[in-house]
Amino acid sequence: MSQGSTAKPLLAGAGTRKSRTKEELIRFVLFLCAFLSILTTLSIIAILAWEAYSFFREVRVLDFLSGTRWTPLLEPRSFGVLPLVAGTLQIVIGASLIAIPVGLASAIYLAEFASAGVRRALKPVLEILAGIPTVVYGYFALTFVTPLIAAIFPQTQIFNAASASIVVGIMVLPMTASLCDDALRAVPESLRQGAFALGATQFEVTLRVVLPAALSGVMASFVLAASRAIGETMAVTLAAGATPKMTMNPLESIQTMTAYIVQVSLGDTPVGTVEYQTIFAVATLLFAITLSMNIIAHRVLARFREVYE
Amino acid sequence: MNTQTTPDAQISPAAQSRSVLDVIDLTIRYGTKPAIRNVSLSIPQHRITAIIGPSGCGKSTLLRAFNRMNDFIPNVGMEGQILYLGSDIYAREVDPVEVRRRIGMVFQKPNPFPKSILQNVAWGPSINGFTGNLEDRVEQSLRRAALWEEVNDRLHESALALSGGQQQRLCIARALAMEPDVILMDEPCSALDPVSTARIEDLMFELKERYTIVIVTHNMQQAARVSNLTAFLENGSLVEYGETDQVFTRPRNQRTEEYVTGRFG
Amino acid sequence: MSSDRLRRRHAVTRGFRLLCAAVAWAGIVILAVLLFHVTREGIRWLDLQFLTEFPSRFPEQAGIKSALWGTVWLITLTAGISIPVGVAAAIYLEEYSPRNRLSQLIEVNIGNLAGVPSIVYGILGLVLFVRFLALGRSVLAGSLTMTLLILPVIIIAAREALRAVPDSIRHAAFALGATRWQAVRSQVLPVALPGILTGVILALSRAIGETAPLVMIGALTYVAFVPEGPMDAFTALPIQIFNWASRPQENFHQLAAAGIMVLLVTLLLMNATAVWIRQRAERTGR
Repeated sequence: MSQGSTAKPLLAGAGTRKSRTKEELIRFVLFLCAFLSILTTLSIIAILAWEAYSFFREVRVLDFLSGTRWTPLLEPRSFGVLPLVAGTLQIVIGASLIAIPVGLASAIYLAEFASAGVRRALKPVLEILAGIPTVVYGYFALTFVTPLIAAIFPQTQIFNAASASIVVGIMVLPMTASLCDDALRAVPESLRQGAFALGATQFEVTLRVVLPAALSGVMASFVLAASRAIGETMAVTLAAGATPKMTMNPLESIQTMTAYIVQVSLGDTPVGTVEYQTIFAVATLLFAITLSMNIIAHRVLARFREVYE
Repeated sequence: MNTQTTPDAQISPAAQSRSVLDVIDLTIRYGTKPAIRNVSLSIPQHRITAIIGPSGCGKSTLLRAFNRMNDFIPNVGMEGQILYLGSDIYAREVDPVEVRRRIGMVFQKPNPFPKSILQNVAWGPSINGFTGNLEDRVEQSLRRAALWEEVNDRLHESALALSGGQQQRLCIARALAMEPDVILMDEPCSALDPVSTARIEDLMFELKERYTIVIVTHNMQQAARVSNLTAFLENGSLVEYGETDQVFTRPRNQRTEEYVTGRFG
Repeated sequence: MSSDRLRRRHAVTRGFRLLCAAVAWAGIVILAVLLFHVTREGIRWLDLQFLTEFPSRFPEQAGIKSALWGTVWLITLTAGISIPVGVAAAIYLEEYSPRNRLSQLIEVNIGNLAGVPSIVYGILGLVLFVRFLALGRSVLAGSLTMTLLILPVIIIAAREALRAVPDSIRHAAFALGATRWQAVRSQVLPVALPGILTGVILALSRAIGETAPLVMIGALTYVAFVPEGPMDAFTALPIQIFNWASRPQENFHQLAAAGIMVLLVTLLLMNATAVWIRQRAERTGR
């Protein structure tokens, strides 16, 4: 029985060679699919760089980055991006004021206090909140949150930063909570038990031992949440308005970088004009900011995980 | 070509039988740490060869070198040769897939695929271009693995519903369905109860009529019970290799004696 | 004395615990308020006519037929492209790739792509698909844009599912003389499939709700027809909702709410499917 096969030489026959070629082909196709992600990044960078380049031949980079008037569609035109940045910043700060404390407290509850059963009930709620489309939050801001704010502060404008900030905060809340939860749970049990053995209460263990140990992971999740808030588009387009201005009054209408891009793409600005190219300049800035925040946060997270693994 | 280059009785104690696998001055490193050091030995046909030694001595590494399963571990370095029927299984033109088709393996923990019993046994032949009657092959393999009587009425049920011992015999049947020359067994009974272990040991006796078996075991009684030849490995070096009777009753080396009499390890 | 202090310390813990719990459960309250508000506003517009009529200047006659079918087209095409490509990429990274610089770069890159704002994908789609490849404002251009957007999500989820497959299965397959592809296709992939499907459904439900990229590639034109091929113009549910929500009239806001109800029910069904797949896989329990 086995005698028959022992006679055969081990060397690859024609059949093996054929199947080896097939294997190599499959491997190559799979590689191409993975490599597509690199191509995507390169295309984003190439497109933004190319279009932004033609914009910056007309407008000086310094004027763009330091100008405080953004009126590219009106005469006299002015291309200072700072009002859009200020609007975005206002949304990010407002959203962080909600997402950071609430997200962190939820994460502490999930990681340190809640039973397995409560976790199983709460996690899906957070997942559902995270899965609600941003346009829905925009609608919610416009038709629910804004009237609510206006009932308290009558001077509130129909479009205002506060209402958009609140819904963006709710939107990035699940992500903040879930990332903080991961960071807290990465802290080894032995550290907690060591502190409990010294007679510390749960509160002291959480605040003095667990939180400091998880700090870099927690901070990284804040950065990721802020980056998400910066890139948020539909809620701010619907609720925050289209008035680029340098204000810190949350009850006034403002405009974010993302909302400006939408405004131009919805309008009838002729393609190829410098007015139209502004969206690429703004998108380049947006991409650069979010990408660097993400890279930093991922670096910090990677180092954080190394410490405890 | 190299099948007869074994003048030393210690390397090839069973000169009366043709050797299937020849290990020549084999060294295997994980990174820079050697796991196998300058081992040479020959595995004779249709015999059961046991590899014993304290844990961490490199017995599994050596076994996995025989069907190139070490290829999947990153940073493994290898020097020396392993010849299968005279040809180097690590030669550049050799496809490891071809090697594994001839040299089957049974693992420490039963690892049936999460599919039906039938699919578990039939998969090997079907991916390797088997053209005969697949059902006959499945039945034959299950019979040889002494499992047919227990499962023939539920071939389409999940293999995971079987007991641990049955799962391990299914894994043996799965290997047999490939009609290999050699079956490598890596502590095949370590996860099983004594009754299942005894069944598999009986099975090995029957199987050696047709197949060459190499078994790694940490259980010296098992090595003494089932094997014809025993190789004792320590710290990656081959300390002694000979007829099982001789290794266990009249060891030539003092370390071997200390190990088989249970003074260490 | 000291027991007083101890009592106070425990009280602090109890208070803190209560605070954290209240905040954590606030998520449910917010969700409930949102759903209640949307339902209250939208429910009276939600009828069969709403589903079967095209959009209109007159709220009473307006429906979401074109948006609904646009979304069906968009998601079907997106799924058709993104699932094979994403799973293939995950298979390469998890099962094939040597641990070298390039694969590390790809990994980091996918993590970063997942964080790129969706509107940037919209710009990519606008320049690359709509203009450069001259696909116009078609369903195909939209689907390709969505594909690039959700690929990182699919890849990350599929990799996790593949990683959860025990190595013993791969080794068993290899020891039987399987090539890598045979081992992956016949043994590893079937085991990982429930996990991959769950991830894919979650990624697609993200695509269903995405608005900004579609606005960028120009899906926001008035569309009063159902796409009949991949090159047809289209609109989609979130776009229609955006359109209605950005009008000043109260009636259109309520139409938006009705549209949101349709969108949320769709998402709920998809999520329920994902949960069902996950639980079924756990029950059959490999």
